[in-house]
Amino acid sequence: MSEVGYLKDRLQIGAISRREFIGRAAALGVSSALISTMVASVDAAAAETAKKGGLLRLGLAGGSTTDSIDITTYTDSVMIAISRGLFNGIVEWGEDGKPKPELAASWEPKNSATEWVFNLRKGIKFSDGKEFTADDAVYSINLHRGESKSGGAGSMKGIADVKKLDKYQIQITLSAGDADFPYVLTDYHVLMVPDGFKDWSKPIGTGSMVLEKFDPGVRCSLKKGGDYWKEGRGHLDAAEITVITDSTARLNALISGQLDAINRVDHKAVALLAKAPKTEIVRAPGGWHTVMAMQIDKAPYNNPDLRLALKYGTDREQILKSLFSGYGSVGNDHPIPPNDPYFNKDLPQRKHDPERAAFHFKKAGVSEAVLLQASDAAFNGAVDMGALFQASANKAGVKVDLKKEPADGFWDNVWLKGAFVESYWAGRAAATQMLSVCYGAGAPWNETHWKNDKFEKLLADARSETDEAKRKTYIWDMQAMLHEEGGAIIPAFRDWLDAHHDNVGGHTPHGGFDMDNGLILDKAFIKA
Amino acid sequence: MKLVTQRLGLGILTLFAASVLIFAGTEILPGDLASAILANNATPENLAALRLELGLERPAILRFGEWLFGALRGDFGHSLANGRDVLEEVAPRFGNTMFLAAYAAVVAVPLAVVLGLMAAIRQGGIYDRLVNLFTLMTISVPEYFLAYILIKYLAVGLGWFPSLANVSPDSSFGDRLYYAFLPMLTLVLVIVAHMMRMTRASVLSVMASPYIEMAILKGLKKSRIVVRHALPNALAPIISVIALNLAYLIVGVVVVEAVFVYPGLGQLMVDAVSKHDVPMVQACGLIFAATFILLNMTADILAILSNPRLRQPR
Repeated sequence: MSEVGYLKDRLQIGAISRREFIGRAAALGVSSALISTMVASVDAAAAETAKKGGLLRLGLAGGSTTDSIDITTYTDSVMIAISRGLFNGIVEWGEDGKPKPELAASWEPKNSATEWVFNLRKGIKFSDGKEFTADDAVYSINLHRGESKSGGAGSMKGIADVKKLDKYQIQITLSAGDADFPYVLTDYHVLMVPDGFKDWSKPIGTGSMVLEKFDPGVRCSLKKGGDYWKEGRGHLDAAEITVITDSTARLNALISGQLDAINRVDHKAVALLAKAPKTEIVRAPGGWHTVMAMQIDKAPYNNPDLRLALKYGTDREQILKSLFSGYGSVGNDHPIPPNDPYFNKDLPQRKHDPERAAFHFKKAGVSEAVLLQASDAAFNGAVDMGALFQASANKAGVKVDLKKEPADGFWDNVWLKGAFVESYWAGRAAATQMLSVCYGAGAPWNETHWKNDKFEKLLADARSETDEAKRKTYIWDMQAMLHEEGGAIIPAFRDWLDAHHDNVGGHTPHGGFDMDNGLILDKAFIKA
Repeated sequence: MKLVTQRLGLGILTLFAASVLIFAGTEILPGDLASAILANNATPENLAALRLELGLERPAILRFGEWLFGALRGDFGHSLANGRDVLEEVAPRFGNTMFLAAYAAVVAVPLAVVLGLMAAIRQGGIYDRLVNLFTLMTISVPEYFLAYILIKYLAVGLGWFPSLANVSPDSSFGDRLYYAFLPMLTLVLVIVAHMMRMTRASVLSVMASPYIEMAILKGLKKSRIVVRHALPNALAPIISVIALNLAYLIVGVVVVEAVFVYPGLGQLMVDAVSKHDVPMVQACGLIFAATFILLNMTADILAILSNPRLRQPR
């Protein structure tokens, strides 16, 4: 999709103003007639009222025969999308990047954001007719705490206690203040089920749909439940999700009209799909990024000059172009994406600079080649990225050995173990969350072994600070520190690329994850 | 009869050996189910909790023993990853695989034999060359490429057939035939060359023998010679090639399944292996092994039946 199409999407979700859109589109050389048509179509989309009814057929990658409805086991798109038809969270991560009330109508922090009180909505019914109350919320959150096998357990670590205040109120106590805590509850694992619920083969939730048939790794069909509580959501009568791993198969089925929407459009095929009639691409810039992580307490990566040599030896533009056909943005060696409100705009963008790389490499006095471990288990194209890095570093005289690791057991045996390993991070809703989950001193996933007292202080201050201006300085300083001294080379952020037929409405670009951050069944509708 | 029981006994031994190998293979793979499920959501705590729940911390011998004991009583256990019964999970997938294999075989086998015979009758002619060229072409390109070509023209271009062959348990027979048409056609194109060329070659080799010359001298028509006199004696190698291709149709079609999103056994096994879901891998592996053993046995027996000299041992 063209740059102007991308701008149009940004306008649609309100990420840029109308004025900015017109200015930037004109700068791209788009005729003023076309600009006004585009603005009109965005207005029409905004004015378009959602229609009730209809069947939505999705073809999604990211499913497996080993999938289960059990919310603690989710890791990928198919289950995340299905779950959002069946269940609701307490807080929703809005497409504008802000937390929105979902099953909690409101919340407030106390004691410099170490205690949070959530006021739950009243009169919401589960699909078995029981009312949703504080007991259910406490049970559901605790599914991911303590001795839990949940993939959501990592992000729930900051919670010290969850307790019921009254029938519609819970209090969550944190071990340290966190002004961004509502974002933590937008984690896709944190969904509400009835107190004591265990039988995942018969899911009970407050979502707009109920499960009809579930064949893991093949398909899932859902149909409308009773009256849905959420205003302006849950329009569909039914939905059918087909698991399609092969990206060409997804594309073919969309073009031939067997599907209404697909996720993970192959970036190489975007130009082709743009030509296909009646299909639209949904492009969402987000926080998903590739990483080459150096453990800074291990030789030779404990040498700051070597780290800088490797950072300057990375050709980010080339990686972005080869791996994602440019559908993303270059990284600046910190994990905050350019679309984040706390993105440090003053930090100069690091570029491929063989001379500076050679200078730092010489200063570091390292003679042997560095060993980079990579596997496509991390992300598709990880090994290619390693090879590109190898070549661009070589231009500065920095020798890199690339070791291709087996995909099997990569996360268990290589990641967090090797001294220089490729990995990826899905974005987090809040900048402080992203910074603490992989750069906090006590974080289990601190892959670069980054431990810095000044950084810890800034992080703690940023988390408990409610004054916007101060928070911003703290978060900007942390980005600058990681950019300069950190062990992570972050070459590129990748956009989410979905596509749908033009009869699908309500499928908005969302920076969190593909398919409108998984909320497609809640938000989408079929136009007449 | 003795032969059949002997073969069956050997087959069961082979199955046991296969199950040991499959289990050992999945154990040797780096990582385990817990780390595969949690991937980069893993923390030491939730890994330990999940391993405990799945019973992965117990010694491998014990787990294999338990599985074997259950399997002998017909209980193949539950999927470790989603807790569903293995047999319930495998049965519909196996049905789909068999359906597609049978569909392709019913079209491909007669087609290959007829094409082969006609090529033998008109050896060296323009028809012979064309058939050879075409089938060699279809066997030489990778199956996913064939599949994409078919999709491009028949599904996206003309819109005659669906590109998604996602049949469901409640599709009617007619629907199944329609949905599975493109995968079937792909498989037919892949296997027809091998069988057709074997038919042609073995018929032609028999055609060189003295009794055929006798028949020619008697003045019989060529087509009659080929069908009545040469074919029965050339059957044995044809049957074994057919058996080999049938086995391929059942165990080797994972790529075609992926392209057409056909819910067969292949995809199930690939998913199970990548997640180290041992009971599932075992069940799929045993089905595949049993398919090979049974088809080879059937081929041998048919070869013996088709040959009078082997049928009545001196």
